[in-house]
Amino acid sequence: MEPVLEIKGLKKNYKDFSLKGIDITLERGYIMGFIGPNGAGKTTTIKLIMNLLKKDDGYIKVFGLDNVEHELDIKQKIGFVYDESNYYEELTISEMKWVVAPFYKTWDDNAFNKYIREFNLPVNKKIKELSKGMKMKFSLAVALSHNAELLIMDEPTSGLDPLVRRELLEILSQVIQDENKAVFFSTHITSDLEKIADYVTLINDGEILLSLEKDELLNNYGLVRGGKELLNDVNPKDFIDIKENQFGFEALVKDKNEARKSYRDKIIIEKPSLEDIMLYHTRRYKNA
Amino acid sequence: MNIIISNQSDKPIYEQIADQMKNLIMNGELSESELLPSIRNLAKELQISVITTKRAYEELEREGYIVSVPGKGSYVRPQNKELLREARIRIVEDKLAEAVSAAKTIDMSLEELQQILRLLYEEV
Repeated sequence: MEPVLEIKGLKKNYKDFSLKGIDITLERGYIMGFIGPNGAGKTTTIKLIMNLLKKDDGYIKVFGLDNVEHELDIKQKIGFVYDESNYYEELTISEMKWVVAPFYKTWDDNAFNKYIREFNLPVNKKIKELSKGMKMKFSLAVALSHNAELLIMDEPTSGLDPLVRRELLEILSQVIQDENKAVFFSTHITSDLEKIADYVTLINDGEILLSLEKDELLNNYGLVRGGKELLNDVNPKDFIDIKENQFGFEALVKDKNEARKSYRDKIIIEKPSLEDIMLYHTRRYKNA
Repeated sequence: MNIIISNQSDKPIYEQIADQMKNLIMNGELSESELLPSIRNLAKELQISVITTKRAYEELEREGYIVSVPGKGSYVRPQNKELLREARIRIVEDKLAEAVSAAKTIDMSLEELQQILRLLYEEV
């Protein structure tokens, strides 16, 4: 079966930023986390997928179809959630539903009502009166009520408290109980992905730095600490980046077993978090 | 059936799951031909990646503990319990042999070694 999302050589040029020919592939049945610092190109990529921006080069296929040529068909099967509310603030939840529902051929009112109950959403409240978490859940209820096969979410967890974020993660793992569905999820809160993501794609400055199985990343990479004198005779290629302080150094290595072999008990090796991996790759430290 | 995973452990999560399932099969808590939870359900419940649970099941299948039937699920494979036990005993023998040779390098007596073994056996 073809991938649910396939991006090849995607380019978009702005004056001060460009997406430099990125590739992303996501198969059905999986959750991919799309991480990177602010301004790395996450939202630009998502807007290009949704055809809200015009690309300069490359292609985007959703369900095997070109995303511009087949935009309407594709969007019927995409659930889209982004961090700002895109609804009429003056309408209530139930009024807003009547506006949105007719756009979808496969709108499922029962499903919608079920999610509204599950998420504890007050149907008679105006959108502007909802908390940030409620707005996100309302977007999610809409996204899940038309049998979407691909959920695309742009920073759905930013500004939400840990409780709501945890709830969202549970909903997402519920979604992929159906192995026909997939989730593409951008965030800079990497701890959300540490748990449930199957794949992690890291973007920085318009380039994909890595796109791997999350387990592979967390099991192979290592956070290394040691004394500064060690830095004189190390091969800098062994480290993705090094952060020095007065009393020693910390660095990220791609293969912790290799590092253990080369440096043995001169270093301490720990499991990195996705945040460590993101920070070391985006060279925040080097520039500091 | 309990499966408890640790995110801090150095042991990869798929291995933790596979090991625990092996134990459940060995001690009979999971019985022959019993249907296991689906990889997706297990991933959801443990809040981990589907790839992790898939990998655990693949390992269990490769080692002959379970059989996966496409479209149906994974089942505990009928085991020859004697053979399984023997395989486990061999592992114990190997580890003990290692301990013995480590003991001999420091001229530890058999009595001392037995004493340590007894203490450990009662402790763990």
